Amino acid sequence: MSLKLGIPSKGRLMEKTFDWFAEHGLTLRRTGEAREYAGAVEGMDGVELVLLSASEIPRELAAGRIHLGVTGSDLVREELAGWAAQVVELAPMGFGHADLIVAVPKAWVDVETLDDLDAVASAFRAQHGFRLRIATKYHRLVRDYLRAHGVADYQLVDSQGATEGTVKNLTAEAIADITSTGETLRANHLKILRDPPVHRSQATLFAARGADWNEAHLVMQSLAVRLGLDVPEAVLRGASQKR
Amino acid sequence: MTRAEAIAAELLSGMQGAGAQPVAADILQPAETLLDLYGEDIRARAYVTHDPALGEMMLRPDFTVPVVQAHMRDGAEPARYCYSGPVFRKQERAAGRAREYLQVGYEVFARNDPARADAEVFALFARLLAGHDLRPVTGDIGILKAAVLGLETSARRKAALMRHIWRPKRFRALLERMGGHGPLAEARAELVAQLRGNSAQSQVQEAGQMVGLRSEEEIRERIASLLEDAETSPIPREQVQALEGLLSLAAPARQALAKMRGQNWAALAPALDRLEARLGALDDAGIDSTTLPFEASFGRTTMEYYDGFVFGFVSSRDDLPPVATGGRYDALTAVLGQGRAIPAVGGVIRPETLVALEAAR
Repeated sequence: MSLKLGIPSKGRLMEKTFDWFAEHGLTLRRTGEAREYAGAVEGMDGVELVLLSASEIPRELAAGRIHLGVTGSDLVREELAGWAAQVVELAPMGFGHADLIVAVPKAWVDVETLDDLDAVASAFRAQHGFRLRIATKYHRLVRDYLRAHGVADYQLVDSQGATEGTVKNLTAEAIADITSTGETLRANHLKILRDPPVHRSQATLFAARGADWNEAHLVMQSLAVRLGLDVPEAVLRGASQKR
Repeated sequence: MTRAEAIAAELLSGMQGAGAQPVAADILQPAETLLDLYGEDIRARAYVTHDPALGEMMLRPDFTVPVVQAHMRDGAEPARYCYSGPVFRKQERAAGRAREYLQVGYEVFARNDPARADAEVFALFARLLAGHDLRPVTGDIGILKAAVLGLETSARRKAALMRHIWRPKRFRALLERMGGHGPLAEARAELVAQLRGNSAQSQVQEAGQMVGLRSEEEIRERIASLLEDAETSPIPREQVQALEGLLSLAAPARQALAKMRGQNWAALAPALDRLEARLGALDDAGIDSTTLPFEASFGRTTMEYYDGFVFGFVSSRDDLPPVATGGRYDALTAVLGQGRAIPAVGGVIRPETLVALEAAR
């Protein structure tokens, strides 16, 4: 049985992934016609390329349907409960950098930190009769972060896109979203709180603890040598014990 | 019938024997009430589902809220209720604690003699759990609240601390800031320095376009309160230490009482009188208050709506949740009663935990 490697199926993320593997001595390429989601690994037997949406890769890793997967570290932490028990970070890949941050209107000159946000949430609830709304699609990460910092009297409202616009549209008072340059935030009259971000994300190569490693571990060993990866023994050992 | 269900039935009949009226509660509860009460964190602990007509619903994470609501709607006073049924809690790990388990509970709503009602609930639980090897523990959130209110500082600061009494880490960070130390104090000093420069109005205008529901007036109000707070003197060091000493107090109840009396902290006196009255009532109910464990911080992290007496019965197995927990929640009835309130105290027992302990024997 081959080792299945899941990688993002389109765009810059796919190209950068190809580049990263090429730099590490392994050529990945798409096969078939341009719109067909098929790929191949050159010069290495036993590795099967699976092209997937980056957002589905965490789920596929958790289910053990792929052995390795490339996706954003933010997505893994958001999608998988107790992520570290399900996957192992093999290598941060140095691209796809983005910070998950909390932002408030620039006009809130009285708010610079989570300490301020918490105080404002309390006053806002007293004034408006409902909890201060923070728009995000990263519910788990943001809730854990706000709980760890003791912020109360807020509510998360779901926003799957154009999150920066929710404040102006009066559907949220603040947002928590991924940003790399901050330009969209500035254009929407928002500013980032000064605290460390919720999460600093980058594209990362993950291994699935729950995949069937019984045969794949031999391929994994030669792949690790080729890529110069330090694969923790526990990944393979833990997984085969599980079977 | 499973062993846990048999234990639950036995406990419930014991509670009925003590004069409680059995009540039922819907498994599906409106999410909004629970969210308003517990905050967004409850989403991480309760199962949320969606009803096409009623909107977001939760599988009940406990019985307290529906029982209080039912009482506030049409209960006579005083009232004693008991109930038994499954509750549902999300777990982050596949092999974590139970997601669905039984709770058998007893709640007393009574205006008179709170000390006696506290003692009644505790003594009943002690009697129902007598055959098991459990350690009782008690505490009193009311004393912590009195200590916060007794600090020499502004009403605004006291209110901020009270709001976080159930979040020990945040509470400590706030206390540190109000003492003039730590990273929050530095960040605050910087902010205040920025805000002092110009008039509030010009600052808000310079910051760019106003967006969102929070108005310029609200921002100006907070700037004023920040500037005012900057003039408030730090909470004296010895008071912070006294409060921290109180939070770490753990001793047999009578000894703990004597220790707290010995601090000569005037603001604590009424709360300590209530503790003393409760210990008297516990003695009357056959509980030895000279050996009963008291921990001042007990119940601070997990029981956010309790505001007075709190108690638990725990086993020596730290992989298991407490067998029983309970306490007084006067403020909750006011929140749910929409203007009406009644003092209330109660607790729950988890039969499955008893079964796990039996199995290990």
